[in-house]
Amino acid sequence: MKITQTLTAVATAGAMALLMSTAASAVTLNMMNGSEPGSIDPHQASGDWENRIIGDYIEGLMTEDADAQAIPGQAESHTVSDDGLVYTFKLRDGIQWSDGTPVTAGDFVFAFQRLFDPKTASDYAYLQFPIKNGSEIAEGTVTDFDELGVKALDDKTVEITLEGPTPFFLQALTHYTAYPVPKHVIDKVGTEWTKVENIVSNGPYTPTEWLPGSYIKSVKSETYWDAANVQIDEVNYFVQEDLAAALSRYRAGEYDILTDIPSDQAEWIKTNLPGQDYFAPFLGIYYYVINQEKPPFDNAEVRKALSMSINRDVIGPDVLGTGELPAYGWVPEGTANYEGVTPYQPEWIGLSYEERVAEAKAIMEGLGYTADSPLPVQLKYNTNDNHQRIAVAISSMWEQIGVKTELFNSETAVHYDALRAGDFEIGRAGWLLDYSDPSNTLDLLRTGIMQDGAMNWGNNYGRYANEEFDALMDQATTEQDLVARAAMLGEAEKIAMDETAAFPIYWYIAQNVVSPEISGFVSNASDIHRTRWLSKAE
Amino acid sequence: MFGYVTRRVLSAIPVALIAVTACFFILRLAPGGPFDGERALPPTTLANLRAHYNLDLPLIQQYFIYVSRLLQGDFGPSMVYNDFTVAQMLWIGLPFTLTLGLSAFVIGTLVGLVAGALSAVNQNKWPDYLLVMIVVIGLVVPNFLMAAILQLVFGVYLNWVPAGGWQSGSIPHLVLPITVLVLPHAGRTARLMRGSMIEVLSTNYVRTAKSKGLGQRLILARHAIKPALLPVVSYLGPGLSYLLTGSLVVEQIFALPGIGRYFISAALNRDYGLVLGTTILYMFVILAVNLLVDILYAWLDPKVRYS
Repeated sequence: MKITQTLTAVATAGAMALLMSTAASAVTLNMMNGSEPGSIDPHQASGDWENRIIGDYIEGLMTEDADAQAIPGQAESHTVSDDGLVYTFKLRDGIQWSDGTPVTAGDFVFAFQRLFDPKTASDYAYLQFPIKNGSEIAEGTVTDFDELGVKALDDKTVEITLEGPTPFFLQALTHYTAYPVPKHVIDKVGTEWTKVENIVSNGPYTPTEWLPGSYIKSVKSETYWDAANVQIDEVNYFVQEDLAAALSRYRAGEYDILTDIPSDQAEWIKTNLPGQDYFAPFLGIYYYVINQEKPPFDNAEVRKALSMSINRDVIGPDVLGTGELPAYGWVPEGTANYEGVTPYQPEWIGLSYEERVAEAKAIMEGLGYTADSPLPVQLKYNTNDNHQRIAVAISSMWEQIGVKTELFNSETAVHYDALRAGDFEIGRAGWLLDYSDPSNTLDLLRTGIMQDGAMNWGNNYGRYANEEFDALMDQATTEQDLVARAAMLGEAEKIAMDETAAFPIYWYIAQNVVSPEISGFVSNASDIHRTRWLSKAE
Repeated sequence: MFGYVTRRVLSAIPVALIAVTACFFILRLAPGGPFDGERALPPTTLANLRAHYNLDLPLIQQYFIYVSRLLQGDFGPSMVYNDFTVAQMLWIGLPFTLTLGLSAFVIGTLVGLVAGALSAVNQNKWPDYLLVMIVVIGLVVPNFLMAAILQLVFGVYLNWVPAGGWQSGSIPHLVLPITVLVLPHAGRTARLMRGSMIEVLSTNYVRTAKSKGLGQRLILARHAIKPALLPVVSYLGPGLSYLLTGSLVVEQIFALPGIGRYFISAALNRDYGLVLGTTILYMFVILAVNLLVDILYAWLDPKVRYS
């Protein structure tokens, strides 16, 4: 009895303290943000959990609306030259860093120079390689930063010159690699500038606390140009890697937004938290790469047989339970700058699954692979429950056509090391689009380039090589007419997929869970949701 | 005693050096590196990164650079977390891990000792059965499961305490993680205490004390407890090390900012600097704990002291 009383007293006191603190304090958004940020310096970041923090505290020339479409950010307007090569941005009046220093065109010039500087070694600098001399500076072939195609015409005007017309350039400018950084702070404290005691912001929020392994807290910046329309006063970006625990904490009211869920709980969430599940397709593809330097995988017929015997319809709903949509092509539906192109479908799409298996079996038998003398295949994936489930399911699908699959799993670093080294037969991979443009996934299938006497295949792990495909991709880079460009890219996609350059398996879906107290959250193809557009009911 | 302690401290130096060397080279033998993420880096970027972290130098040279920096107290940079040095991360995280581990240790040890002693005194009566049952549950339920159950029951359904997070170390936030750590530790301690207490209570000198007419309390306090503690004390060293290093699951599930989590994640990320830093720190903690236990043992058992 006594213990119960004490516990009740403690609980009541705790609850009252909690109530009092919320009543006194501001509107706070508690977001489950996943991993510990590796860096909140936009030139060092590489993950969506870093993007959520960075995009709330720095704003680029362009920014995202609630639907993640590019809208004017620090620039109020821009003009594009007739040849599509020169973009001129006019900065807004009165924009400033949170310490009161004005944001000038010079901050942008400095930021782009720093991004491409080989000393910065920025992972994602290549996203801005459309900018003139960007790649040359990053590779060290041009050392004079004045050669870079980013200039300050005056304090309020930024002029960016491109290598070639780039229809997705404005969208690319919403990426954090294109954000300005505070030159006046970096000049003073160097790499220490992201420490909360030094950091300044030009976006809606300013980071004020950072406890590694626990959370980053940002508070609303009063110096932001649109501060009057920013509703939420404080954001806590919580580090939370255990997804089952994340769901418990959401149910206990400790989080307002979950940015990921344990996939076996998807059904439960749909049933028990109706209206709070924001599961929607977003731009990303889950696929297998096939090492085309190793026979018999250099044979397109073998690849076709393997691909068509994968029953994609059961992967999302049954194997994973989250309802991912089957993927047959290489460019996710809803990708921008792809108007007029019908989504790719293989010629065997009309067949039933049984017919596909029969045809695949016939192909394999023609090559001498039967149940008695099967084709041995190594399938590698990085250690993860979902990857394993899919690999096991697919290996049993392949068994029907005379393929004996051996599964290998290893941790991420080892797995990708093997993929890059070409030390695999079939391997699991995934790609989330950096910006909404078909070239962002199609580039994954470009032939490697010769560098220092060795082939550099980049992200083309399967080493697919097709000159016609490469030529179309090159042609598309300089094509200004968006419809003609889309048609070229569509043709390139068809060439690669007809040859089964890789096995697309499913389109990723974003799995957000959002409390009913939050409004303004819009599912979108980029899965980017800036806090600026959200509000919270008291 | 002073000579004994000095000897122990000096013998820790070669142990530390061997551990650092072994860890450094074993880590490099593992395939993959810190920059092998889901996406291939452009070769120039990769070369720049490798040069930045001295990874382009011969391994043996990297080793000497690392050791000479380490001797000056510099743990070097993390290769994944760019905004903090390894020393900064460990310095920030260590107090949390220590708070968690030491609280669980103190509570778990006290609870375990009392429960074990009670069990032994009431051997084969209902309090003994009840305690043994609780102990077995504490021992066999893995901590990630226990954490999830407690989180659901006390965090979600009853809503008595927060289901996770730290919030500047407020007591309610500590209740669940510490409970999860306490259960197995208290269980092991109780089991050892019960066993050794039963043994001591059946010795001849206790029987003699009883036949002299001494009360049970006096027998326990004066004759039984100290010898019964010996096997428990020898377990306390590994027990504390386990609590300090084994808190990673608890830290992950309850999203606590300790350093246990880095132990695994840094190894998986091939974050060489952070793995070495964490290992060295834990090594010193474990060496210190073992030393303390040995001193305590020497105090409890004269045979150890004079040998």
